[in-house]
Amino acid sequence: MKNNRLMGKLFSSPYIVWAVIFILVPLGMVFYYGLTDKTGAFTLENVTAIMTAEHAKALWISLGLSLISTVICFFLAYPLAMILANMNVNQHSFIVLIFILPMWMNFLLRTLAWQTLLEKTGVINSILSFLHLPVLNIINTPYAIILGMVYNFLPFMVLPIYNSLVKIDANVVNAAKDLGANSIQTFFKITLPLSIPGIISGITMVFIPALTTFVISKLLGGSKILLIGNVIEEEFTQAGNWHLGSGLSIVLMIFIIINMAVSAIFDKDGEGSFL
Amino acid sequence: MNKELINLVDISKSYDGEMVLDELNLNIHENEFLTLLGPSGCGKTTTLRILGGFVTPDMGRVIFDGQDITSLPPNKRQLNTVFQKYALFSHMNIAENIAFGLKIKNKPKTYIDDKIKYALKLVNLEGFEKRMPDSLSGGQQQRIAIARAIVNEPKVLLLDEPLGALDLKLRQDMQYELIRLKNELGITFIYVTHDQEEALTMSDTIVVMNQGYIQQVGTPETIYNEPENAFVADFIGDSNIIDAVMLEDKLVSILGTKFGCVDTGFGRNKPVDVVIRPEDVELVKPEEGTLHGTVTHLIFKGVHYEMEVMAGGFEWLVHSTGMFPGGTKVGIKVDPFNIPILNKPASEDEEATAIEE
Repeated sequence: MKNNRLMGKLFSSPYIVWAVIFILVPLGMVFYYGLTDKTGAFTLENVTAIMTAEHAKALWISLGLSLISTVICFFLAYPLAMILANMNVNQHSFIVLIFILPMWMNFLLRTLAWQTLLEKTGVINSILSFLHLPVLNIINTPYAIILGMVYNFLPFMVLPIYNSLVKIDANVVNAAKDLGANSIQTFFKITLPLSIPGIISGITMVFIPALTTFVISKLLGGSKILLIGNVIEEEFTQAGNWHLGSGLSIVLMIFIIINMAVSAIFDKDGEGSFL
Repeated sequence: MNKELINLVDISKSYDGEMVLDELNLNIHENEFLTLLGPSGCGKTTTLRILGGFVTPDMGRVIFDGQDITSLPPNKRQLNTVFQKYALFSHMNIAENIAFGLKIKNKPKTYIDDKIKYALKLVNLEGFEKRMPDSLSGGQQQRIAIARAIVNEPKVLLLDEPLGALDLKLRQDMQYELIRLKNELGITFIYVTHDQEEALTMSDTIVVMNQGYIQQVGTPETIYNEPENAFVADFIGDSNIIDAVMLEDKLVSILGTKFGCVDTGFGRNKPVDVVIRPEDVELVKPEEGTLHGTVTHLIFKGVHYEMEVMAGGFEWLVHSTGMFPGGTKVGIKVDPFNIPILNKPASEDEEATAIEE
């Protein structure tokens, strides 16, 4: 027993070292910079800076856009996951492949591709004007950002929901029908509640990256729309104010932790009595 | 016999070109405990699913109480199913599970509460209302699955290998429980199993199936004592199935030795199968036996000894409370009443349906 534990520690040591260097140390640095000023004295100013009009606006837009994207992702992903779950193995592995294939390409490349597609003189508009149709003007608008978010994060919603759906025993669904429930009742009373753990992790996996992204807004939103991610990025790369950047990061982390805490509660209930 | 409740008429079903049921005809009576018994892949579960409405037959009709329900969806049928591995709703507590069907039918709350109490009492799980399915043992979950089905007052309860996941002792207890439930409820039970002992213990009628065909329908006694063919004989309990020749009425030649029997009307010198149950083979002193042989194996089985006896070029399986160690010379005697004569399968086709396992 003792030996086993020792061996376990030995084998996990590379990961522990990795985690300390690349997770704990940076996190500690974020907190150090976020809670000090240039002289190194303790201050909450960097954190409270979120209250300034410019920063608060960026945070609200971020929250709003990621919420909208998450909702859109959910309504697109759920039916898709259901279709996948009801397919036989041969069919669905092909469809899952089609779905996962774009994820193997670099995230930046995919977003850049959308920029090219959506540009005023881009691919889509060239085709539209060639067909004498009205051109699309969504580049550099919130719509383009939402499109980018939905496109990039949709698989992260589909897969957990799909996973929770395939885990539902076909006989449980049959049992509901056997007891007199029609398809709609069966869906809302059985299938949907049983897939809540998947929905929750899907929401978390879409909402958090959408909330913190700065690439999508930079490439598809132009410089007009600043998300909180862009503000933080600019503090680090352009303004060189690591203290303010870290302070705002702490605020963002608080929102992420709230989101995860809420998911944890719902997930636990999903296993239990949640209906 | 009570009046007929369900008629399966010429039911055929195939999956991916593979025939699962071939023109199956079966009549099920009111208040009957009917068991569909057979090895896996014999079509018993498909038959049950056709009754439940989860599978639509390719051909044929399902008549329920005089009405054709072949294309009626499951939620419109007057029968309920107890599924394999229970299929309880894990996100609802026991009371919600049991109430599910009644809530769908918009029954008043007091009625539902009474029904939950009644059902839990019936399955001996009073006070379990607030428990979650995961916190129950297999046997308890099984009872809840039954309670959930019967509160809807179905005319027929379909049970799909409900005891398959339970251990031996619990399985035997549940068999008595099911018989008691059936008698208290006074409804038809249609039970699917591959366990011949379960079938013999509980059923009024056993339907032995193999490869999509019904092999024999009868009471447990008939099925056990008078199997119609070698498959049934082999599937229900252990047996010695031996090639034989019917010399004349009441005289059969088994392994070259003449045995008296009680069957008539087979004609002279007709090749037949005889089925002799291991407990019907008597081991006696060599000079007293019709056939002579040597014990090759001896195993203690608890209630009896199981022995293998090499006699007349055939390895006889014998169950006896008397013990004959390996190497003992013995004589074999069989009471004429215990030698059922079976016709040989008429064609290759029937041969194929005979013995699978």
